Amino acid sequence: MMLRRDYRRSIIFGTVAFAAVFLFMALAVAALLSFDAGASAAGIMDAYTLRILRFTLYQATLSTLLSIVLGLPVALALCRRREFPGRIWIVRLMAVPMGLPVIVGAFGIITIWGRQGVLNTALVFAGADEPFSIYGLSGILIAHVFFNLPLSVRLMLAGLERIPGEYWRMAASLGMGPVSIFRFIEWPAVARLVPGIAGLVFMLCASSFTLVLLLGGGPAATTLEVAIYQALRFDFDPQRAIALSVLQIALTAILLGLLAFLPSPEAEIPSLGRSLRRFDGKGIGARLWDGAAIVFAILLIGLPLVAIAVSGLSADLPRLLSAPIFLRAAATSLAIAALSAALVVFCCMAIIGARQAVGSRRQAGQPLRFLSAMLGAGSSLVLLVPPVVLGSGWFLLLRVFGNVSFYAPVLVALINMLMALPLAMRVLEPAFTSHFLRTGRLSASLGLQGLTRLWFADLPVLWRPLAMAFSFAMALSLGDLGAVALFGSENFVTLPWLVYSNMGSYRTNDAAGYAFLLGIVCLLLAAGGVSRQSQSARASI
Amino acid sequence: MTGDDFAVELDKVGLRLGTQDFELDCTFPQGRITAVVGASGSGKSTLLNLVAGFEAPDSGRVMIHGQDMTALDPSERPVSSIFQDNNLFAHLDIFTNIALGVSPGLKLRVEDRQEIEMALVRVGLAGFDKRLPGTLSGGERQRAALARALVRKKPVMLLDEPFAALDPGLRAGMTSLLLDLHAETKNTVIIVTHHPEDIKKLAQRVVFLERGRVVYTGSTADFFATQNVKAVDSFLNG
Repeated sequence: MMLRRDYRRSIIFGTVAFAAVFLFMALAVAALLSFDAGASAAGIMDAYTLRILRFTLYQATLSTLLSIVLGLPVALALCRRREFPGRIWIVRLMAVPMGLPVIVGAFGIITIWGRQGVLNTALVFAGADEPFSIYGLSGILIAHVFFNLPLSVRLMLAGLERIPGEYWRMAASLGMGPVSIFRFIEWPAVARLVPGIAGLVFMLCASSFTLVLLLGGGPAATTLEVAIYQALRFDFDPQRAIALSVLQIALTAILLGLLAFLPSPEAEIPSLGRSLRRFDGKGIGARLWDGAAIVFAILLIGLPLVAIAVSGLSADLPRLLSAPIFLRAAATSLAIAALSAALVVFCCMAIIGARQAVGSRRQAGQPLRFLSAMLGAGSSLVLLVPPVVLGSGWFLLLRVFGNVSFYAPVLVALINMLMALPLAMRVLEPAFTSHFLRTGRLSASLGLQGLTRLWFADLPVLWRPLAMAFSFAMALSLGDLGAVALFGSENFVTLPWLVYSNMGSYRTNDAAGYAFLLGIVCLLLAAGGVSRQSQSARASI
Repeated sequence: MTGDDFAVELDKVGLRLGTQDFELDCTFPQGRITAVVGASGSGKSTLLNLVAGFEAPDSGRVMIHGQDMTALDPSERPVSSIFQDNNLFAHLDIFTNIALGVSPGLKLRVEDRQEIEMALVRVGLAGFDKRLPGTLSGGERQRAALARALVRKKPVMLLDEPFAALDPGLRAGMTSLLLDLHAETKNTVIIVTHHPEDIKKLAQRVVFLERGRVVYTGSTADFFATQNVKAVDSFLNG
């Protein structure tokens, strides 16, 4: 139910927001395609490009396999061992990589696995003469597993915890052994989720930028996204960048299309309070196996985090904090993050409002229905054009108007906003929908509209999801290196760029300090979103 | 009655769950149907859990056929359990669900297969072998659970409000099926219920619980005539 004036305004705002997002993407793609079409068409499928494509798919396949195959025993163990010491903290630990800026995680991984890292020192001490190299395929895989194993563990654990409690009792009273329990109870519950999880992880790994930039070793181990970046930033070879971009867009389009057919794994956090009793796994062998799986996960995720904290705290933090370059970077990063988060929230509100306006009409015409469907799909279509491609497109467009670094901050904020859009929509749309179902008629009958309605009826309820979306979007933007990488320079420095350039110039101590600070800020922002979510979930029960 | 006539005995069983204390001391006669009755939270399900082995007593013993069960796992006890819901694995067909009752690793002989088919016929589910539980009605699912209890051939059957999710018409059908099966197998049945109708039709004896303690034991006829136990009185007359 919606008043007529609100209805018109909602449709207009929604259409404008959608058109702006669409134009921003379309212009970037058009700029790329029109740059020098003749040369790019010929160059698209040469051996070099194909090799990069093959490596992109190869590493993503391996990363996905490892994340799921290694994650499965961890999820099974965490579900079986309800009494494992600190279990709830281990489950929470699995959420940390999701909120951690990629470059900060990468720093921790290098500290543990790198040439001078803890592992290699131990290996050399043990008498190995060939140090393990973090650069190249192995490093990319380790890093992808660090970020995606916890994700698949959480999704699989959520699936396992949705198994009815009676199943475990039945298994106990029928005398099912570990093999039978896995075959008849655990695997069927997990198997339904595996395609969706695999699709998601594959998508994330195929479009991985920062990790491959840091850990990839030369042309033999690079992905499309990094190759686009290198073509533009180092070789200034727009033709190649265009060819690679087209390939990248085609690849994401295919992946998104496939993902749409796979059942989406519910990202809901397992209900931690629910009592669930297991009667199996009492044998010493099962205990050891589960213990080993859990300890493996703790070490894999925990060691790099500890490394970040230890090396961060041993850096000269007071000096770093007062350094002019840090203050400038922090101010730039915060401004960009706040701008992009605000834009995301407004954009989502406009799109959701328009969809609700269309939905409130019992007899919406064909064009309106089409508009609503477009608005709904639009937020995920954003994923089609990766940040590096967006950046490259606008880089080519704005080059004509002089110094690109002048526009860079706004451009980065806009790109970050697009990246956060699908996530923010997923947080906001259900909250808005249920709110309007509950209060729409009441507000309409009281004649509340426009700002009055927003202030008195909507904001008091919706500020929680709004704050959550804002804080998620800020965390995402603050920690992002992908969009900045193209434009970063002496004059345009963000916090992730600061970490990156310090790592690049071997000022490891400073990089450690900055990575630590950035990690803390982003985790706090991300955690703020999560704890608010669980509070509101509890309130709604 | 001598002690040998008790199929199940809770011998001064003490248990503490959270803030609730349980002191259960009661017997269940061989080959009879006993209803366990009481308000919610009085310990009915806990009593079944103790017998089935899902809960271990802090003190006392659980005896079945004169043997101490306290240290045995659920699968080592001569009991079958049927819950209110989710008795069948939703992703496995009816035949497999019942077959798991014969062999938890699904190693079936020809005789086993025949027996499963017979059990299906017996509960009125002939031809349902390949159906998934989701395509069955609630009553049919509980019948399948009964078929599994049949092929398991355990002398004691525990039912935790097995008909609570069913419509009155289906309840009546299930009650008479349960009675028929009981007449054939002469098993010992302990059923948790809060429906006076079920108690009257099914049970020969009633054990009444209040706040974790047995406050009344007796025949069903006596139970409905009881006036001197306040909790029973308020249960029967509201």
